[in-house]
Amino acid sequence: MEEKKIDIKAFLDADEKKDLLRLLTAGSVDDGKSTLIGRLLFDSKKLYEDQLQALERDSVRVGNAGAGEIDYALLLDGLKAEREEGITIDVAYRYFSTNQRKFIIADTPGHEQYTRNMITGGSTANLAIILVDARAGVITQTRRHTFLVSLLGIKHIVLAVNKMDLVDFSQDVFNNIKEEYLKLTTQLGIEDVTCFPISAKMGDNVVEKSEKTPWYEGTSLLEFLETVPIHRDRNMTNFRYPVQYVLRPNLDFRGFCGKIASGVIRKGDEIVALPSMKRSHVKSIVTYEGELEEAFCPQSVTICLEDEIDISRGEMIVKPNDLPYVGRSFETMLVWMDEEPMDRGKQFFLKHNTNTTRATIESVEYRVDVNTMEQLEGRDFKLNEIGCVRITTAKTLFFDSYKDNRQTGAFILIDPITNNTSAVGMIVRPLEEGETNELAVPTLDLKALGIPAEHYPSIEKAVAELSKQGLEVKVIK
Amino acid sequence: MEYNLSHLQELETESIHIIREVAAEFENPVMLYSIGKDSSVMVRLAEKAFAPGKVPFPLMHIDSKWKFREMIEFRDNYAKKYGWNLIVESNMEAFNAGVGPFTHGSKVHTDLMKTKALLDALNKYKFDAAFGGARRDEEKSRAKERIFSFRDKFNQWDPKNQRPELWDIYNSRVHKGESIRVFPLSNWTELDIWQYIRLENIPIVPLYYAKERPCVEIDGNIIMADDDRLPAEYRPLIKNRMVRFRTLGCWPLTGAVESNATTIEEIVEEMMTTTKSERTTRVIDFDQEASMEQKKREGYF
Repeated sequence: MEEKKIDIKAFLDADEKKDLLRLLTAGSVDDGKSTLIGRLLFDSKKLYEDQLQALERDSVRVGNAGAGEIDYALLLDGLKAEREEGITIDVAYRYFSTNQRKFIIADTPGHEQYTRNMITGGSTANLAIILVDARAGVITQTRRHTFLVSLLGIKHIVLAVNKMDLVDFSQDVFNNIKEEYLKLTTQLGIEDVTCFPISAKMGDNVVEKSEKTPWYEGTSLLEFLETVPIHRDRNMTNFRYPVQYVLRPNLDFRGFCGKIASGVIRKGDEIVALPSMKRSHVKSIVTYEGELEEAFCPQSVTICLEDEIDISRGEMIVKPNDLPYVGRSFETMLVWMDEEPMDRGKQFFLKHNTNTTRATIESVEYRVDVNTMEQLEGRDFKLNEIGCVRITTAKTLFFDSYKDNRQTGAFILIDPITNNTSAVGMIVRPLEEGETNELAVPTLDLKALGIPAEHYPSIEKAVAELSKQGLEVKVIK
Repeated sequence: MEYNLSHLQELETESIHIIREVAAEFENPVMLYSIGKDSSVMVRLAEKAFAPGKVPFPLMHIDSKWKFREMIEFRDNYAKKYGWNLIVESNMEAFNAGVGPFTHGSKVHTDLMKTKALLDALNKYKFDAAFGGARRDEEKSRAKERIFSFRDKFNQWDPKNQRPELWDIYNSRVHKGESIRVFPLSNWTELDIWQYIRLENIPIVPLYYAKERPCVEIDGNIIMADDDRLPAEYRPLIKNRMVRFRTLGCWPLTGAVESNATTIEEIVEEMMTTTKSERTTRVIDFDQEASMEQKKREGYF
């Protein structure tokens, strides 16, 4: 008994240190995606017996597997309506863990009208598994999924060539598919791509290496998932701290709460607040457990400064020698997520980190054919359409390109009438003066107006309040 | 220097970010408190999010009037000790009419004492956001729900019409009367919860630990005789058994499991080797197939 206790403690101590890999799976209905996920879950022994019993009951009634076989896909189809339709219609999240790592799978459907869901499921993923049927190879959907994965900036791609059992585990078939696929990923600029010959149904090369593919020199899929290094994928260079909440429990404490979007901050570091450009130093980094000497992304902390600077939610703390873009106009990739088509006359709400402002789509540069990646002429987007647009906001934003910083380069557009999330964007670059027909910001020249200096603070306070409400006014002193 | 977070640290920072986002963007949020282990973790995360300050929203417990007595005691002590503003609401009309699980069955009891009581309370205080401690690994329909889950003015969830949710940018815009249910523990698993309770020394209701308790067997479930409302026919059958609870709810609807686990380590060990998943000791799930999805559509958490 005593010995057993020590075992479980050792297990928990080891478990505590595991890191987390978020992965996206994409494939079409018949690629065996649900079967693969079911097997990863099942073989990692995380399925409890009664869930299995429920599965056996369901298999008899609606299963698509042969008589007597467990339909792994049924494990995953949660909602009643979908189960009857026989397809997964939305993003579903699955959890499993091995001795090495914890995993969150965002399971998304491959069906054409659900680009929206794949984008939703993939936005936080470290890695994407793209499934193809060995008999069909790289098809239109594979191209679309790969394009979306590259658009989302997912760093690691796994191509799982499934149903190898149906092509006699042929090395030639696998190599041809791999070659064709690498052409595609090279074209898209994706660096880390690994290909696996598997049979999800039979289990070959999923958890353990298969004897049926002696020509295959790599690891099993699971072994790869357990060991692929991900912690360097985050931007640890550029410190960006969007202020989320201002904490003032008493007169002696003023802390700025937030989740570090990127980079590292240390006690004593010099900082600059945007947009005021006021400088100070980090007095302390506070957490529930006590103060930290340094903090890094994506930690949620509270930062206190040496000087009393007024900083509100939506503003950003950065380092003086490393500023993000500061502006109101940018070029961005945009994915339309709403049944209601794009309306360029509309003023959307744009949410970027903790900052919300009014925004309009000034122009559509081009659309992308997600199947061929060709650029098409620009016109308003419909549901699931993707392209490049120019956006102007009412308030100043502090941003980076999505390519450089997934956290500060992303935003959503919210329809002001329906409140739906209409579109999501990945910023490409800021627009220079002259590139935009951005309206000039109204200006108050306080000196020219003959306003005495003692009124400046009140006027600045009023202007800051207007800015919070989405109206930008520039003050000249 | 390598900057790594463990999975628990990563889950923690995600949850704190969610909780702060709600406090910043909603006018009148509330944290729903079930007194269970997941709630205990959620409450601690809220305390962490605003430390050294106070949490800027209240805690609300929907008391079905059939909760275990130890839960109520724990609730009151915890709220007092940690300075929470605690709201307790019940459907007194149904309670006074004598509604209970033994007389009306689990469905009517749950509809009136839990779902209706919750909806009435949300309307009464006009909360525009309500935190819940649900996890996606708990149950299949929850696996598809967003972290910010939109509810129309009838508090209904529409699984086919969910807002896309990307990165950590949450859409909190609602019209008057509409609301958002927020699930900061969405990505936690049952093991994560236990591990966190262990590492952080988070207080939980003692019913989770095994102890000799007076029990009767009703329809195959081990039910603890928690108060004298147990129908007379069962009373002669009461036997002391070494049991614990894997979930907590209304005592007549919550089955115990036989167990000797008196520490978190032993609970985890039991969980790892057990053959029943968590919710099977909760009687309400068996009412109908896809029953939780149905309940969620109707507004139950």
